[in-house]
Amino acid sequence: MNVTVLVKFVPNPTGTPALGPDNLLVRDAGDGALDPGDEYGLELALQLVETGGGEVTVVSMGPAEALAGLQRGLAMGAHRGVMVTDPGLRGADTLVTARVLAAAVARSPYDLVIAGVESTDGYTGTMPTTLAESLGVASITAVRKLEPDGDDFRAERQTESGFDVLTAPKPAVITVTAGATQPRYPSLKGIMAAKSKPVETVSAADLGVTDLAATQTVAAVTDAPAKAGGEIVTGDDAVVRIADFLADAKVI
Amino acid sequence: MGATWVFAEITPDGVYPGTLELLTKARSLDTDVAAVALGPGATSAAAELGAHGARTVYASDDEAFADHPGRVAAHTLHALIGRDAPSLILFPGTYEGRDVAGCLQALTGSTLMANATDIESAQRARTEIFGGTKIVDVDLAGPEPRLVLVRPKSFPAEPSGGTADVVTVDTVTPPGPTATVVERHAEAASGPKLEEANVVIAGGRGLGGPEPFSMLDDLAAAIGGAAVGASRAAVDAGWVPYAYQVGQTGKTVKPEVYIAAGISGALQHVVGMKGAKRIVAINKDADAPILKMADLGVIGDLFEIVPALTEEVRRRASS
Repeated sequence: MNVTVLVKFVPNPTGTPALGPDNLLVRDAGDGALDPGDEYGLELALQLVETGGGEVTVVSMGPAEALAGLQRGLAMGAHRGVMVTDPGLRGADTLVTARVLAAAVARSPYDLVIAGVESTDGYTGTMPTTLAESLGVASITAVRKLEPDGDDFRAERQTESGFDVLTAPKPAVITVTAGATQPRYPSLKGIMAAKSKPVETVSAADLGVTDLAATQTVAAVTDAPAKAGGEIVTGDDAVVRIADFLADAKVI
Repeated sequence: MGATWVFAEITPDGVYPGTLELLTKARSLDTDVAAVALGPGATSAAAELGAHGARTVYASDDEAFADHPGRVAAHTLHALIGRDAPSLILFPGTYEGRDVAGCLQALTGSTLMANATDIESAQRARTEIFGGTKIVDVDLAGPEPRLVLVRPKSFPAEPSGGTADVVTVDTVTPPGPTATVVERHAEAASGPKLEEANVVIAGGRGLGGPEPFSMLDDLAAAIGGAAVGASRAAVDAGWVPYAYQVGQTGKTVKPEVYIAAGISGALQHVVGMKGAKRIVAINKDADAPILKMADLGVIGDLFEIVPALTEEVRRRASS
């Protein structure tokens, strides 16, 4: 079984994000990382090919720096990478992203495409569904468990009140919830091996996608009204102070 | 200009409440407001949708919408759009809303904005970024209808007292493969519902494991009527079930008091709790972003403070 995993290189998830003069998120500050939400799907992909055979391809779109995210995927055990990088894709919206990634995915045979439920920097959560419809394959979002079942996949999908079990024919697109698997750390051997794994770098034109115009543009960015400074306490008085605070709020 | 539509999510418990918020907003933008309600229970939900501002409810009770999440609704909506040409469609920012809007975008080629917190028109909407510290106004372009996913609790739900004409919708069976629901399972949560509790005590990565959540349970019991929640980090780690999650992809809560223990304050969490009337944050890291938004920020070790606070609350209750 061949699995393609979509990975995103995001600004340091624990750092302070910033906007550039063009009102786009600064993506090349040098402290980015593979989106931690993507590692759960990567782990699932690696487990699927370890039991069922086949290869894992990691696909990413972003500036040249984003190659580091792809390399982490290769170091974890993915077999090959496709990096879509193109100055014309800066500020791309979800439709352009879905079309570009669908074209990149379609270049090689796949039984399964895996993405995170949502990215850690954008939280949009719709791109994989748009991609699936563009590819003409079934999709299941918010998957917390997946197993192949003959010509189908059988998946547990997280719901508001519990979970549903769904089936979808191969090939399919799924999004994987954080926590679905326990992602492995790249081994030293894996990190060394990643350097010699094939990575293909392509532009939007290489993929045959020419209309890159974004349909959303930032008109204005303003500071939200500042919240009045709160009180900060430390040390031994803290417990009594919290209790007083709860009493003032009339909840105790 | 065409109409403004609201995708009315129908759950096993009836209309998703966020739908009524969107209808309230929609009728402030447009006199021509319709709701699209697809799935079992849709027709009987029409009266409530009408009472919140929908003049027309496109409805179908077809089981196919529940059995094939996202795709059948998107293709059916696409057919309705081809006939009645709305300018703007608002979706609740839920898993279901995302799936329908995401699939529909591939069919219409129109713009899809996520995480909106306000809508000015079919040409402009607003979102908040960086934990709500920046407000971003976004111009929407491209073919209509513009698709906008709206964060829950961005608007109040207010009845209009109106009534809706119900238009029965024919299901469109999408071409090609579609996923099918074969089983449904409920996972019951104990205690008061997070969304309804007066006090929410939430734990994050700082708890370090599942066991310390019992400290939060003890504090919740001492306060009385309090619910225990969690950040995505704690849910992702498998310490507590998804039903505990407060944040973008979990519950949105607006309690009198929100106590965040060992939670750093990532954007994804903050959007689910910033509507709390008062926020207490306990964190050992003085730089944690949550301390900046707290009304009372406590820098210290939650493993000492939480049990001591529980004792103090009990002592006051019994004195």
